[in-house]
Amino acid sequence: MSSDQSLTGCLDAPVLKERGQHEVFCGLTSIIWLHRKMQDAFFLVVGSRTCAHLLQSAAGVMVFAEPRFGTAILEETDLAGMADAQQELERTVEELLSRRTDIRRLFLVGSCPSEVIKLDLATAAEKLSEQYFPKVNVINYSGSGIETTFTQGEDACLEAVIRGLETSNEQQLVILGALPDIVHDQMLRLLEQLGLTNVFVLPQVRVEDEVSVGSNTHFICAQPFLGASFEEMVRRGAKPIYAPFPFGASGTTAWLKAICDIFRVSKETFEAVTDAPRRRAEIAIEKVSKILTDRSVFFFPDSQLEIPLARFLNQECGMKLIEVGSPYIHKQLVGPDLQLLPEGITISEGQDVDKQLDRVFDRMPDLVVCGLGLANPLEAKGLTTKWAIELVFSPIHFYEQAADLASLFARPINRSEKLKIGKVA
Amino acid sequence: MKLSVWTYEGPPHVGAIRVATGMEKVHLVLHAPQGDTYADLLFTMIERRNHRPPVTYTTFQARDLGSDTASLFKKACIEAYERFKPELLLVGASCTAELIQDDPGGLAETLGLPVPVVALELPSYQRKENFGADETFFQIVKTLSRPLERTSEITCNLIGPTALGFRHRDDVLEMTKLLNSMGITVNVCAPYGATPKDIELISQAHFNVLMYPETGEMACRYLERTYSQPFTKTVPIGVGAISDFVKEVSEIVEINTSDANTYSQLPWYSASVDSTYLTSKRVFIFGDGTHAMTAARIARDEIGFEVVGLGCFNREMARPMRKFAATFGLDALVSDDYLEVEKHIQAIAPELILGTQMERHIGKRLGIPCAVISAPVHVQDFPARYSPQMGPEGANVIFDTWVHPLVMGLEEHLLTMFREDFEFHDEAGPSHHAAHSPEKKNQPQVDEADEVSSENKIIWLTDAEKELKKIPFFVRGKARKNTEKYAENNGFSEISIETLYEAKAHYAR
Repeated sequence: MSSDQSLTGCLDAPVLKERGQHEVFCGLTSIIWLHRKMQDAFFLVVGSRTCAHLLQSAAGVMVFAEPRFGTAILEETDLAGMADAQQELERTVEELLSRRTDIRRLFLVGSCPSEVIKLDLATAAEKLSEQYFPKVNVINYSGSGIETTFTQGEDACLEAVIRGLETSNEQQLVILGALPDIVHDQMLRLLEQLGLTNVFVLPQVRVEDEVSVGSNTHFICAQPFLGASFEEMVRRGAKPIYAPFPFGASGTTAWLKAICDIFRVSKETFEAVTDAPRRRAEIAIEKVSKILTDRSVFFFPDSQLEIPLARFLNQECGMKLIEVGSPYIHKQLVGPDLQLLPEGITISEGQDVDKQLDRVFDRMPDLVVCGLGLANPLEAKGLTTKWAIELVFSPIHFYEQAADLASLFARPINRSEKLKIGKVA
Repeated sequence: MKLSVWTYEGPPHVGAIRVATGMEKVHLVLHAPQGDTYADLLFTMIERRNHRPPVTYTTFQARDLGSDTASLFKKACIEAYERFKPELLLVGASCTAELIQDDPGGLAETLGLPVPVVALELPSYQRKENFGADETFFQIVKTLSRPLERTSEITCNLIGPTALGFRHRDDVLEMTKLLNSMGITVNVCAPYGATPKDIELISQAHFNVLMYPETGEMACRYLERTYSQPFTKTVPIGVGAISDFVKEVSEIVEINTSDANTYSQLPWYSASVDSTYLTSKRVFIFGDGTHAMTAARIARDEIGFEVVGLGCFNREMARPMRKFAATFGLDALVSDDYLEVEKHIQAIAPELILGTQMERHIGKRLGIPCAVISAPVHVQDFPARYSPQMGPEGANVIFDTWVHPLVMGLEEHLLTMFREDFEFHDEAGPSHHAAHSPEKKNQPQVDEADEVSSENKIIWLTDAEKELKKIPFFVRGKARKNTEKYAENNGFSEISIETLYEAKAHYAR
């Protein structure tokens, strides 16, 4: 089920770069899954009421009575003098840590307002780390909208974590990216069956899960949005492994293969471990993806997952790509996927939302993958949409989730076909 | 700096967006960084709007800060005007743009756009969402209204409903019906559904109905000051308030109100035998000032609950709220700190919470039933069916909504009889809420009463502890507490069955 493609695919295709209104989340949003993944961490956003409101609205997450994230809301008095704000921050952290004695890692997360007033969170983190040593490690990064888009918040967080890792010359494999638990465990099981030892995952679930880095470390990203973390790993001497991302049957196979090539896993072992789940995934995808074949899809920029997912939909589900938008294209990371995209499609980076909507209405794709702000307005205009944010939260990686991934895209089309009552909003 | 976990209100620019989105042919250009566009999803997802809010965000980034965010803003204004052709342009800044001081109002003025431009001052570091809506609508009215003759027939304006308001869509319809039954037609409803041209005609109505003081009071005061247009002070939520409202209107416009259709089922439903189980149930009420105060009156006078706690999250309403709570013999809780509200609820252990979605979560955690009476809104607060809060149908909706979370009439008695029955035990919760039952046993840590007793160091003897378990769960917390208080006051260090029943007799009401 593959489409026409040349050897380089879209690797060197021109990219439509746009700079208008960006209809995207800021990096703070990634706290919503990071705080579930890092179970002894608290994320303290130093920002405004807007930041707090975003965090509780973005994913409708008002389910945790006292979540492990919060906002130190800047007030008029904090904006008056800088020395004041530093003291205020220390007081707020003290208040927080005295109430939450279970916290071992505290992230001070910069926001648009804290960046604009140049609140020095790095110094604050250093000072607080000394003060609360060894109980609490205080780390800072910025999730501000002026610097980060949505998933780049996880990237910035992870980059800060990597900066603080011990150096070691241990032979090891490090995997970058927070994954849902079920996927995380499946991945480790596969790698273990392939005979790999010394496998570590960042971010660590708990601070005791020590991970180090050095020149004998090989690393691979499980998520495509980790550009800064990638560079930080390289700076620390680690060696990157390049591969398409592990979505679908062939994506997962290629990703595992790239690791196995580096660690010299035999062809026999590789096939023995991957053949069965790969075939299982292929059969499952085929069942689910009938409804997707030959339909067209248009991606709005959202999480940087767009290019690898477009590769999956095109190569493994037979969908036609119209436009693949990404907030930022890190060619080193998504190059292997870009290479597999068919020529003649539009690859766009950044956004001018009104113009992009014009392009959607011009082409009327069968499926539009977009953010929550755009989905219902597009549905009301007769288009079929898939919320992009669900792709970030759901278990979609590796073999056993390949059909689930396809069905996330199939369901909206399926629904459009089932409903016989029109849709007048 | 204030540590916040959940917030009851968004920033003031979200209030401005609620006004702009509620209106038609209005566009807002907001100087704001990338990411602030999350506000769109409040409207498209929670309220299920079929269009994007009419807002252009400049979405500046770090690299723009060094260069020229002001030209970025001007460009956004021009493009937004060209694309959307609004009849009125609003311009403002979100919290970050406020810091870079580009002066959106001044910049927009230099563009010479052919439509009125309203520059909004939205102090993000001092005020909140409701203020933002109130201020934005006031500025629009101030800019567009002009003196006009009153209409020949009796008309009024409906003031205050916005996009993303708690049941505003249905309240508008219900109020229109109520006023029509009194022979009064609606001149303009605003912001909800109004165009700038409608606002120009606002002064021809005989009076204003202030539906939501939170979002419409500044405009009403301005209209009263400028055009001698009186406005109503009663918010007609609940049977008593509806009757007061009708009376107030009849005094303003001197009409006979005998035709007013105010019939609601609530009085009979409250009086019917089944409802004796509601009598004196202890309720805690919290929300925005308007909804909390109207709810308290219904709770006490129209259902017969005992109001044991009352408060609001919006400081603008602190004064009237405190005064009103005093008439219930209560100190009002005025706070936007979710944790403080939770502590308060835990301390008074009510049998029912009437609150916001936040209190619904608190209730879930503490095992206390809750009905939602106020914003902040959730997708559940936009039901497909007609469900106003105001007017006679609103009173019907309120009766049903508040009673629904409770264990009902006879079922409560059966629970008391068979409280140790292996299937029909009280921890299973109300039988019409299947989904509630499995949660309880997994959350022993939320039994706040246990914490209380360990703090007080009073020992419950095994028999007394067993006896306590036989008391239905919805009053058990209170019984435990009262007994401990009684024991403490009498200097007992142990609680026996005897102590339990002595305390019961002592606190009998």
